[in-house]
Amino acid sequence: MAFSGRTARYLKYILIGIAAGVANGLFGSGGGTIAVPAMVFLLDAEEHKAHATALLIILPLTIVSVYFYLTNNYVDWNITWKAMVGGVVGGAIGAFLLNKCPSKILRKIFGIFMILAAIRMIF
Amino acid sequence: MTVILIGLAAGIISGMGIGGGAILIPALVIFVKPEQHIAQSVNLLFFIPTAIVALVIHIKNKNVNFRMGIPIVISGLVGAVLGSKLALSMNGTALKCIFGVFLLLMGLYEIFGKGRKKKVNNV
Repeated sequence: MAFSGRTARYLKYILIGIAAGVANGLFGSGGGTIAVPAMVFLLDAEEHKAHATALLIILPLTIVSVYFYLTNNYVDWNITWKAMVGGVVGGAIGAFLLNKCPSKILRKIFGIFMILAAIRMIF
Repeated sequence: MTVILIGLAAGIISGMGIGGGAILIPALVIFVKPEQHIAQSVNLLFFIPTAIVALVIHIKNKNVNFRMGIPIVISGLVGAVLGSKLALSMNGTALKCIFGVFLLLMGLYEIFGKGRKKKVNNV
């Protein structure tokens, strides 16, 4: 890194925050996908600490975005609560599977799914 | 039932640390066909309870870096307001298309992105 001064570090904080916030608000997701590698590559954070710190960052941003979506009536509780019920059960299963499956391969499989879904959404 | 199953799948994936929103939003849009803004708000709301639980655990395990996180949160809030307002000013079809591009990039990152190699010396 060419700059290692305080100012440079704070500039990076600001840029990471704005990028993560805009993505999270605009897409309803993805803030963590931006914040984690940004902290690892730009701020030399350890990978697992970056994941944990990303939650601290994304949670308040999500609450702010939810406020805007709610006040503009872009919330469907019927879909939301069903997804949440599935999500809580799934989250527990996923945490259990984490130590049993190689996540490296899974990442690639889900990457392919994401690309296929993306193509379907674009066209 | 479809929504619960999608939530379950997204929960499993986020429990394994792969980012459930990248699955939840496109799966909803493709199979349940809500308006894009609605799908995004489902994911935002879905994230809140899970993130609170995970964050408490991470703070207890001292994996959250507050010195790094707090300044990012502050600028992130500005980004979240901008991103949300931008999303709400767009029509659903345009938003869906932009989300698709973002999803494509995330998918490519999942497949080709590599964790950072350990630095020999921290300059």
